[in-house]
Amino acid sequence: MINNLIQKLKNFLAVIRTLSGDNAYEKYLERHFQDQCSHKPLSKKEFFKQETDRKWNGIRRCC
Amino acid sequence: MNSIVLIISAVCIYLIAYRLYASWICAKVLCLDENRQTPAQEFNDGKDFIPTNKWIVFGHHFAAIAGPGPLIGPTLAAQFGFMPGMVWILVGAVLGGAVQDMVVMFFSVRSNGESLGQMARRYLGRIGGFVALFGSLLIIIILISVLGLVVVKAMRNSPWATFTVMATIPIAIIIGLYMRFLRPGRVIEASLLGLSLTLLAVIVGDWVAEHDMLSHVFNINPKSLALFVIGYGFIAAVVPVWLLLAPRDYLSTFLKLGTVFLLFVAVIILAPKIQMPAMTQFVDGTGPIFAGKIFPFMFITIACGAISGFHALIASGTTPKMLMNEKDIRLIGYGSMLLESMVAMIALVAACILEPGVYFAINSPTAIIGDNLEQVCTTISSWGFKLEPEMMKNLAHAMGEETLLSRTGGAPSLAVGMAQILSRIFGESLLAFWYHFAIMFEAIFILTTLDAGTRVARFILQDFLGSFYKPLGDTSSYPANIFASFLVVSGWGYFLYVGIIDPNGGVNMLWPLFGIANQMLANIALCVVTAMMAQTQRLKYIWVTALPASFLVLVTTRAAMEKIFSEDPRIGYLTAAKSAGDLAINQYIVTGLTVVFLVVVWTILINTLYKVSRSWQAQK
Repeated sequence: MINNLIQKLKNFLAVIRTLSGDNAYEKYLERHFQDQCSHKPLSKKEFFKQETDRKWNGIRRCC
Repeated sequence: MNSIVLIISAVCIYLIAYRLYASWICAKVLCLDENRQTPAQEFNDGKDFIPTNKWIVFGHHFAAIAGPGPLIGPTLAAQFGFMPGMVWILVGAVLGGAVQDMVVMFFSVRSNGESLGQMARRYLGRIGGFVALFGSLLIIIILISVLGLVVVKAMRNSPWATFTVMATIPIAIIIGLYMRFLRPGRVIEASLLGLSLTLLAVIVGDWVAEHDMLSHVFNINPKSLALFVIGYGFIAAVVPVWLLLAPRDYLSTFLKLGTVFLLFVAVIILAPKIQMPAMTQFVDGTGPIFAGKIFPFMFITIACGAISGFHALIASGTTPKMLMNEKDIRLIGYGSMLLESMVAMIALVAACILEPGVYFAINSPTAIIGDNLEQVCTTISSWGFKLEPEMMKNLAHAMGEETLLSRTGGAPSLAVGMAQILSRIFGESLLAFWYHFAIMFEAIFILTTLDAGTRVARFILQDFLGSFYKPLGDTSSYPANIFASFLVVSGWGYFLYVGIIDPNGGVNMLWPLFGIANQMLANIALCVVTAMMAQTQRLKYIWVTALPASFLVLVTTRAAMEKIFSEDPRIGYLTAAKSAGDLAINQYIVTGLTVVFLVVVWTILINTLYKVSRSWQAQK
């Protein structure tokens, strides 16, 4: 029962982290190693700098 | 009548529409294919194109489309009574807005995630593409000016509100610096920090309002506030996005989703009584908040929440690149618009649970009701809505303000409604806190839209300028960015200032213009997808998008004609110009803009009719 509840809480937190972009860097690293890219992965700081610029290059918010 | 009846009726209609109409469109008209590769799967680059879980995309899409519009439009339209607004929000969303969002999203998915402008260029030709892009630029300019007006009206001569809203700027910068240098990418952590700081700012705002010197510093008149907002808009547009725009967006998304959810739960639990009559006498066009008959003006006043053209820009280009399966289009395209429509219903409820006299005292400009409390009460009582000076005095005192009279723009009356609902859960002593929290909540995502809109308008403008002189189109050049940002901010800044000095109240002048622009954009989107339906063997079902498009052509054309030619100076810009003296030029400029909107609507319509008739002949 408690384990089930903890698992549900973990799942909820995972959804919140994905929705907010909190785990974006972990996902980036996962993909980077999965694709066996030859270049070094970006640092966390560099990654978020690039992501922010990319995200706000188009229409992202409405009226 | 109890508000719970409205909410339950709305939910039932949404569920029926989602289960029947949306499913039918998906199965018979669009023929969604769950085995077909989506652009996200085909071009998966881990950046723009990422196959994502449908609930995550739903969250992203809803957060992107739900701005301040569905909160303000229904509040203003409540002057007609609760029934007209309710019917339009439900029917408009189910048959128009949600269909538009879903069909645009579908065609964007089938066009490898193309934007509305790109699809317009491909299916309506170069003129159609140019007009669609130009229309987007104009709507953003008008949208920002009218939202700026709402913030200024909410902050005017209110030290508590002004301090709280201004405090969100350094708070956003603190979060920006925190996420850039201390804890990169820790979005949840930074958002919670920002949330705590904004709550603290609301509490400190009370102290500021009581302080001898500080209350004078933050007691600012509307003209100065407008100049401040314009200056802020320019600075926000030229500083890096990580410093102000991105952190403000994290904060506003958290606040927006949290507060709307809280309000929804509170309305369900408390089930407040609707005080506004089903219909008021103002359906005849003599409304104090904005002039004009129920047709066409209610249909442009409530845009977001019923049908909003701006959504088409999000539903094409951005969201389609994340879809994992075509089948998800129903939930994300149709479903999230229904949720936005629900937000509009909640805003309508918050406006209609107020004593109608109080609602009109807050939302009507001084030119109509005067600025003396006794006079205001006499005027509003003569309309048949009970209002006594003591009532307004006590309410203003409970909200921590000196006066609530003529705090136009919709935000303050929504804040009073929200405060009354939330204080019934958290205690009456917190009324003033919740009022200023609600003002800050509305202002924070209005300012996010202002920052983000200025940036997007700058990109579109640079696209235009680049075709005349190439260096001006270089988005990585700082001087070119500053020049384009200056032009964009001057554009919306001009309309904002004109709205502030307009004798009939800027809301009466600018909100209909925004409504016409937004419905014009919806019309462009529906015309583009109608042409696409015709060219992709869906001629039989063309009415699905052609009917809402035809209604919008009717609405925007009628509204634009009345705004230009009506002999009532509160409606017709040209009539208002005759008695405007030195300000007549402003009336002529908004007239010119309205003419441009009309030309855009009809150019797109003729273009679409031509394309559809060619497809029809070819398929005969």
